[in-house]
Amino acid sequence: MKAFDYVRAPSPAEARAAARGAGAAFIAGGTNLLDLMKLEVMAPATLVDINRLDMKTIETTDEAGMAIGALVTNSDLAVDPTIREHYPVLTKAIVAGASGQLRNKATTGGNLLQRTRCPYFYDTSQPCNKREPGTGCGAIGGFTRMHAILGGSDHCIATHPSDMAVALMALGADVEIEGESGMRRVPLDEFYRLPGDTPHIETVLEPGDLITRVILPPSPGGRQTYRKVRDRASYAFALVSVAAVVVMDGDVIDEVALSFGGLAPKPWRDFAVEDVLTAKPVTPDLFDEAADVLLANAAGAGENDFKIPLVRRTLAAALADVTGGF
Amino acid sequence: MNIRFKFDEPDTRHRLDQMSQDIIGKAFDRPDGPMKVSGQATYAAEWEVDRLAHGVLVRAPVARGRLKSLGIEAVSAMDGVIAVLTGERFLRVPAQGTENTAPHQGASDIYYHGQPVALVVAETFEAARHAAHHLALEIETSGPAPVDPEASDTVREETDRSSQGDLDRAMAEAAHTVDVTYRTPGHNSAAMEPHAAIAQWDGDELTLRGAYQMLKFNRNELADSLGIPAEKVRILAPYVGGGFGSKLGISHEGVAAALAAREIGRPVSVVLSRQQVFETTIRRSESRQRIRLAAGEDGRLTGIGHEYLVSNLPEEDFAEPVAQATPFLYAGEHREVVEELARVHRLLAGSVRAPGEAIGVTVLENAMDELAEKVGLDPVELRLRNIPDVDPSSGKPYSSNRLADCLVHGAERFGWDNRNKEPGSERHGEWLIGQGMASAVRVNMLAPAEARVRLSPEGDVTIETDMTDIGTGTYAILTQIASEMLGIVPDRIETRLGDTDFPPGPGSGGSWGAASTGTAVFIACEEIRRRIAKRVAVAETDLTLVDGHAITDNRKIPLPEILAGVAIDVVGELEPGKAQKARRQATYGAYFAEVAVNAVTGETRVRRMLGVFSAGRILNAKTARSQCLGGMTWGIGMALTEALVHDARDGHLINHDLAEYHIPVNADVPQIEVDLLDERDDWANPLQAKGIGELGICGAAASVVNAIYNATGVRVRDYPATLDKVLAGLP
Ligand SMILES: Cc1cc2nc3c(=O)[nH]c(=O)nc-3n(C[C@H](O)[C@H](O)[C@H](O)COP(=O)(O)OP(=O)(O)OC[C@H]3O[C@@H](n4cnc5c(N)ncnc54)[C@H](O)[C@@H]3O)c2cc1C
Ligand code: SF4
Repeated sequence: MKAFDYVRAPSPAEARAAARGAGAAFIAGGTNLLDLMKLEVMAPATLVDINRLDMKTIETTDEAGMAIGALVTNSDLAVDPTIREHYPVLTKAIVAGASGQLRNKATTGGNLLQRTRCPYFYDTSQPCNKREPGTGCGAIGGFTRMHAILGGSDHCIATHPSDMAVALMALGADVEIEGESGMRRVPLDEFYRLPGDTPHIETVLEPGDLITRVILPPSPGGRQTYRKVRDRASYAFALVSVAAVVVMDGDVIDEVALSFGGLAPKPWRDFAVEDVLTAKPVTPDLFDEAADVLLANAAGAGENDFKIPLVRRTLAAALADVTGGF
Repeated sequence: MNIRFKFDEPDTRHRLDQMSQDIIGKAFDRPDGPMKVSGQATYAAEWEVDRLAHGVLVRAPVARGRLKSLGIEAVSAMDGVIAVLTGERFLRVPAQGTENTAPHQGASDIYYHGQPVALVVAETFEAARHAAHHLALEIETSGPAPVDPEASDTVREETDRSSQGDLDRAMAEAAHTVDVTYRTPGHNSAAMEPHAAIAQWDGDELTLRGAYQMLKFNRNELADSLGIPAEKVRILAPYVGGGFGSKLGISHEGVAAALAAREIGRPVSVVLSRQQVFETTIRRSESRQRIRLAAGEDGRLTGIGHEYLVSNLPEEDFAEPVAQATPFLYAGEHREVVEELARVHRLLAGSVRAPGEAIGVTVLENAMDELAEKVGLDPVELRLRNIPDVDPSSGKPYSSNRLADCLVHGAERFGWDNRNKEPGSERHGEWLIGQGMASAVRVNMLAPAEARVRLSPEGDVTIETDMTDIGTGTYAILTQIASEMLGIVPDRIETRLGDTDFPPGPGSGGSWGAASTGTAVFIACEEIRRRIAKRVAVAETDLTLVDGHAITDNRKIPLPEILAGVAIDVVGELEPGKAQKARRQATYGAYFAEVAVNAVTGETRVRRMLGVFSAGRILNAKTARSQCLGGMTWGIGMALTEALVHDARDGHLINHDLAEYHIPVNADVPQIEVDLLDERDDWANPLQAKGIGELGICGAAASVVNAIYNATGVRVRDYPATLDKVLAGLP
């Protein structure tokens, strides 16, 4: 670990000021950042501790949605009564992630910004465009079991590891950011960037930008599920996960929102898939059609080829679960 | 006084059964347990030592090459850096179990990705780790470095072959045959405590606090590595946080710490990171195994073939003895075992819990499942029909063999008869349910061992040996043996382990520790009993010792009265003898597993698992059960999740931490039941006890994978049975 300066920020403005300099990073729960610092995958010169900031509340918004402070822990968020009742997909996704100990430390903001688990990214003896732009991608041509089948590029095929973010994506959450020019709200779908030829740039955040809250729209109601498929029963990242929120009208799908984990460099939402399903009666063929659209551009890299049939099957099962059909 | 005993004849006296303290075999709590769970047991890295400097090993980032320069300039000015060391005395690989001399040395010749090439020593661990990261290593890569055992350009040598009869003919003539190839991946021991050492010199004398399993050998290995006499080396390892083979031999951290401490004139600690434990200690070799089984109409085996390919580094002798139990587990007059060793630039292959049987019995038991189906026979019945009367390869009788009892008792307790008989036919919602079983077998060994037992005039007992307790329960069982033999309550017995100043034990490995060290304690206690008997003028066999008293002729005399101010101090020395060779010695068992396989995703969950074992006398019902529980948990890991993954290009280990190398977590492990049969093996040792530390893994994974077949009709022949492999066969 490189020696670093430690600054405990008393206010968001001071936090941002301290973090604007080159090589500064916020630290929240530290469950990802510290691991990366020990390996010197990340080596910030200054750590700006934001844990004293007043961003730990979960409140109802004027639009009848919810505002989740960036420092709300994953554990607290998952057990919040309103979240459990009205956004159960979020609770399910959070408790499917990491372990109880990690969730006690992990925060909402930190979870959104956790880095990929690509093993080549973690191993500084390997090339990695995300860690060191321009060195090449170690994973391509290497071991790709965890890697993306959608949204990757010739420069990077890493997946985003968060479960929580997949649920937030299906719920249509916004990220509230306090930056140089004040507050702004960015839909989560636009918050993450695909790797293209700059895989080291993962979000629209600018230096010093602080995530202050995550805003949920009013509950979509309906039936919600989060289905995570992984290599052991607990404490493993998703190979494939599906967040599904469906409002039925009889046996016709009235509204549907779907997002996917483990498939892409960001939590994956494809509105064309939802269009296929909307206003249709439920049939097995319909689920297959939706999967066809989702996977139209999917490409495996070898060991991860199985994700293509796996997500098709998992999607169908998740849809069957929330639509009550097939 | 030293009492030497050579074990040539079976001991039918069953002396422990005649004693009166009634503690042997009981579920006696570990005396060291409270210290461990309250953090008071001091592990190697935890000693507080004045002026301690911290060393971090530097990893080679290539599979093959020569270190030209360390590029020290890049770090020498860094805060806190004291020294950077390398040299010909650094280890290339750790020692194998019982190696007793220095393993291959020399840091500059790089043999595998991750090999330590230098040590950075600094005032703090953090400073050392940072500097280790920033050395500007200059490495000349050299030659081709094959990393895949099965690749066409990899060198493979036949290292062993034995045969009996004509297996090809038996296969040609058999009513039923199986000819299948399975693959198992590499495994890491993943002990909870990473390898660690603190070295401290006093003049030319070295004290090393380390995490090792076999101190008597480790001391010689360390001395030889440093080029100093063994008398100058003392190793202390009173508590070791798991080993499973990975700490059998002296390892990088111990030698590097000793070299550095001598160089800088200060104590030095070296602790491996989890990644280094994965990359530079040892791995269980991956294997490709071909099993051929020939059987008659009735399922009786006429032939067994077991050919396997395993790997190791060039110049390393160890080859995973995959077929160790194949020659004697089942009948069949035509037999063949062939071992091939591939030379690859992956870290050292060596002993990981039950080397040989862990993967060899597992695959044999999968093949037996395939045979049972072909013959149309219950898998339990197939095994029962093939238990030989004598070892079919050597003709020797078995010292004891209760495999049949394990199978029959296990089947009944598990409810095997109610199992799903048609693969893929039992479904509850998304879950396909199936049951599977497998036999367990592990060779049993005895090793030379010494232990001192001292009875003080006050009636307190001290036991001393350099034997280790690596989490297994040595403290408990040695205390129990002395307690039983001498009639002294455990509170008045202190067992001291893990110090090379004590009489040499056999170390923890090969499941021989309890039986061998326990026998040494037993020998010493028998002598102490003789001395006491003499003092009260009775025959030793008529002496009853209980609760600190001797009972003779209706008199109950307190020991201090008998001892009259005199201590009795005896070192028991066990020398294995003819008894070991005269019989085929092994432990046996049977596993039964029920799994649920998700029909949508291919995920497998073990729903329940039973193991029934026979391993001679059980010395402690609790620690023995724990060993079996642990072994079966490893079996679940082997079956479903564990696999070392090497990059095909440079051999580097991809999943070198516990987030990515998937050992089972609690949610993967159901209620496991363990049943231990009551047995005395007179040929094993005077305790009639056999090894139990490894038995529980030998075949366990097969019961799970056989159950997956039963649930789904999908045979996974490439371990572990991850969901993608199951999914490939699901509709
Ligand atoms: C072994 C292991 C298993 C895991 N398994 C899972 C899993 O199955 N599923 C899953 O979803 N996750 C999993 N995780 C990841 C875990 O969820 C994340 O580590 C955690 O959510 C990160 O939160 P944190 O608060 O600790 O972030 P930190 O480590 O403190 O920060 C992460 C990043 O976010 C930045 N940051 C933090 N807060 C803010 C803010 N308010 N504004 C701007 N930037 C900010 C930091 O600068 C840093 O770059 C696992 C982690 C581990 C170690
Ligand atoms: S996939 Fe991305 S993160 Fe992984 S090695 Fe390639 S560039 Fe790096």
